[in-house]
This record gives sequence, structure tokens and C-alpha cells, in this order.
Amino acid sequence: MSVALPEPPRRTAAAWVGSGIRDWLPAAVVFAGFLACWELVVVVFQVKQFILPGPLAIAAAWRAELPALWAATTYTVTEILLGLGIGVTAGILAGVLTARFVALRDSLMPFAIAANSVPILAFAPIFNNWFGIANPLSKAMIAAVLCFFPVMINTVRGLISVQPAALELMRSYAASELEVFRRVRVPNALPFVFTALRLATTLATIGAVVGEYFGAPKVSLGQYVATSFGYLSVENAWAAIVFTAAIGITLYLLVVLLERLVMPWYTAQAQET
Amino acid sequence: MTGAPVVELAGVSKRFGGTAGPVDALSGIDLRIERGDFVSLIGPSGCGKSTLLRIVGDLISPTTGTVTVNGKPAARARLDRDYGMVFQVPVLFDWRTVQKNVELPLEIIGSPKSERAAKASAMLALVELSPFAGHRPWQLSGGMQQRVAIARALALDPAILLMDEPFGALDEMTRERMNLELLRIWDRTGTTVIFVTHSIPEAVFLSTRVAVMSARPGRITHMVEVDLPRERNVETREMERYFELVTEVREALRAGEPPAGDGGPESGDGEPASARVRAEGLSG
Repeated sequence: MSVALPEPPRRTAAAWVGSGIRDWLPAAVVFAGFLACWELVVVVFQVKQFILPGPLAIAAAWRAELPALWAATTYTVTEILLGLGIGVTAGILAGVLTARFVALRDSLMPFAIAANSVPILAFAPIFNNWFGIANPLSKAMIAAVLCFFPVMINTVRGLISVQPAALELMRSYAASELEVFRRVRVPNALPFVFTALRLATTLATIGAVVGEYFGAPKVSLGQYVATSFGYLSVENAWAAIVFTAAIGITLYLLVVLLERLVMPWYTAQAQET
Repeated sequence: MTGAPVVELAGVSKRFGGTAGPVDALSGIDLRIERGDFVSLIGPSGCGKSTLLRIVGDLISPTTGTVTVNGKPAARARLDRDYGMVFQVPVLFDWRTVQKNVELPLEIIGSPKSERAAKASAMLALVELSPFAGHRPWQLSGGMQQRVAIARALALDPAILLMDEPFGALDEMTRERMNLELLRIWDRTGTTVIFVTHSIPEAVFLSTRVAVMSARPGRITHMVEVDLPRERNVETREMERYFELVTEVREALRAGEPPAGDGGPESGDGEPASARVRAEGLSG
């Protein structure tokens, strides 16, 4: 009756790196081509520096301004991480409570979903006013509020979207509510939460940097961009924007990595089926 | 097969309150199941057979009547982990290996690690899936997943195995093989089985007794004693007595239908909870 199924493949480190290169190569080629076209357009059409600097000019500015940019990046990353920490923790806690208590679910979820479609960035000046322009917490709180709703909503969805038969199964074992939570609801919610986390890294980066546009200490990426534009050193502004992009992408990749560590079954299934 | 009954239902009824008014899913159910019995519940959609199974398993409580399992109320029996349940969907958890899925009930009752592993391995051997212990559920076929679910249901050595259309989503060939497999397991474990099905041949082939139900309100209209030899195999399906019994069950089902014909729309009145994919078109 049993049919021999091949053992799940165990990938060696070399194979992993190899497939990594294969997976990323097309994207890398396209990106390099994009940069080349950009430079070409700037040179051929003699685009003014303050309209659009070419990648080479941006790279030069990047090298010249590295110490200042690095200091600004450190400051902004601190805000982002603080905001992510606050927003994600609060979002997961609120999600757990909301999923647990039906009364909360009925009263809070519509509000949360509505709040999620409000342009929270519009509140940035208000947060600066509340927490102080010079206080990193003002930007961290914008980032936190931006992350909070998607994380909360996805946590609730993940915790409650359990197969009814799974709950009946646990009931037939006379499992306690805590057991059901631990062994069924939490693992079921993980993919939902990680989807929200990926989004949260992007939102937190946007929140912090845009928050800084409305006022922040000089040593911050947002202010660096704003003042560079003010002095028409546009390539410096672009160099700072490259840093914000790198922050966003790095955080996103860190979440993807964490996802693979925390729920290997999920990534494996996505690859195999 | 004598002695105190494993399951005894007396005057059981179930009324569901709904927006469109209350629905009598079950009424006047009396049923006695002896140790080692294999009882199938068969009937049209909405006859409450799944509800009845869930009442026996204390997943829902009856509106009236009593359910006694192993001489105690069903609720007590559930707390004592007297039940093993198998649903139409296998309900295996992708974050666990096949082995760990079978260990789940043992983890819940807090058995020590080595005991869990040994018991789960024995159960996987029983359903002949030992080579797949380290696989993930999604790597197995539907029939194999359902065998893992059976292994898990048997892990606590339950007094009763409650099965809710466990092979309903499988193709006919796999279903027939699973029937043989289940009989072999039943024979080896000597457990009592209550089996909900839509399939007349399946009910006759597997059971010692078939409870034929009618809809609205759900009642047991006939008990068909299956007096086929206990040892059943592929030849059983070709025996004259087998065909007679299939006919008997089919006629009993027809007798319970409303005269207008097809038994009305598929409302699923008495069938709560799990989303089910019905395998219609009863063959045989």
C-alpha cells in the first residue's frame, strides 16, 4: 500500500548559495541595466544636475558624504527600530486580546480596519508637536502607529482563521484553551504575522523618514535630504535616499530570513507545491 | 460481543436555534452500541448523522436525552479521553512532521517524550506509514493523510473511534483500499467504531450494523444487521448476501425519504462546523 516517496531534499550550503545566485542573477542584471540607461539618459540629454543627477554623480556624493550620511543613517535606523519594536509588540498584543475576546473583536476590528486606511502620515507634525521635534520618539511613534494596524489585523485573522475541525479535534482531546492557543492558533497565525511584518518594515521606514521631513535634528536622513535639496546639492540628497532605500530593503530581507528560521515548514511548502 | 454497552443513547434530540426559526436536527434517538461494534450512520444530507456523531463525542450537547459512554456521561468520557476522532478533512498540522502530528494527543496528556515517540511509531506502523514519519503532511497523498489522522486518533487507545465521512473526499479506488485498511486496523485494535458515511456499499462492507436515518427531523428509521462473515476482503463485495444487504439499506433509505422525491435542497441543517466537500453520486 505504501509507495516510496523521495526523502525531502536536504540542500547543502553550496547548493543554497548556488541557487541563491541563480535566483538573483536576472534581477541583478536588470538593475545594472537600469543604472546604465539612467546614466546614459542624463549624459545624452544633458539633464541638469538639480533635476536628476546620474548614478555616477550620486555615487561620488555618496563617497564624499559617507561619514555624515552614516551618522544620519544610525540616527534614523534607531527611530525605525524603536518604532517597529513598539508598533509590532503593541499590534501583536492587541491582536491576541482582540482574537480572544469576541466583544473586543466586534467593537475594535471595524475601527482598526478603518484606521488602517487613514493616511496616518498626515499626523506627523502632530507627533512632532507631542513628543518634541528633537526627540527620536516622535518619529518612532509615527512608525509605530503605521505598523500597529496591519500587524494587529493580521494577528487577529491568523489566530481566528483556524479550521473548525482543528478546534473540534482539540476539544475531543479535552485540550485547554491555552493548549489550543499554543499548538494550533499561534502556528496558524505565524504566516499572517510575518506578512504584516514585511509590510511593517517598509511602513516604519517611510514613517520615520517622512516624519523627519517635518522637522528633526540635522543628523537624520530626512533632514539631510531636505537641507541638501535646500542648498541644491541634489546629488547629496539622492545619496541619502539611496541609504533610506537600503534600510528598507535590509529590514525586509531580515524579516524574510527570520521567517525562514521561525517557520521553515512554510517556506519549504511554498517551494515544493 | 456482550456485556455493558460502550455507547448508549436514550431519547436524544437536538434543536438548533437559527435566524429562520428553530430546526429539529434530531429527534427520539435511541441507540445501543456494544464493545467492538462497527456501526455506520447513513442517511441523506441534513439527516443529522454528523450531529449525532458529535453528540456522542460531546462536541455538541443534545437538547434532550442522555448519552452514556463506558457507563459515564459523554462529557466525562471526553475529559477521560475515551474518544478518537477522524474528520472528512485530515486536519494535520503542516508545522509538524507526520510523526509529531501523531504525537499531538500524547503531548496534550503530557506523556513523557520517549513514550510519545514509541507510541506514535507503533501507530504509524499500524497504518503502514513508518517510512513517512519524517515527512510533512502536504507531501503525502489524500489517502495517506487520512491514515495519519487515523493513527493519531488511535494514539490514546480510545474506547471509541468516531469517524465523520473520513473517506468522503477520496476517489473510489482509494476509498475501497482505505476500507480494507480500516477493517484490518479495527480487527487489530478491537476498538468500537461509529462511522458516518454517504455511501451504501461502504456502510455495508465495513459495519456490523448500519443505522439508517431519515431527515427533518433526523431519526433512526432502520437498524440493518450485517450478517456477513467478520473476515471481509475483496470477495466480500461480490457475495450475494452483500448485494442483498446493500439493497436492504437502499430500500430503507428510500422508505425514509419524503414522497416528493429528492429530499429537498441541500440545506445542511443538522451539519454544523467543518466545511465539507461532499462526494455525491453514491455508487453500487
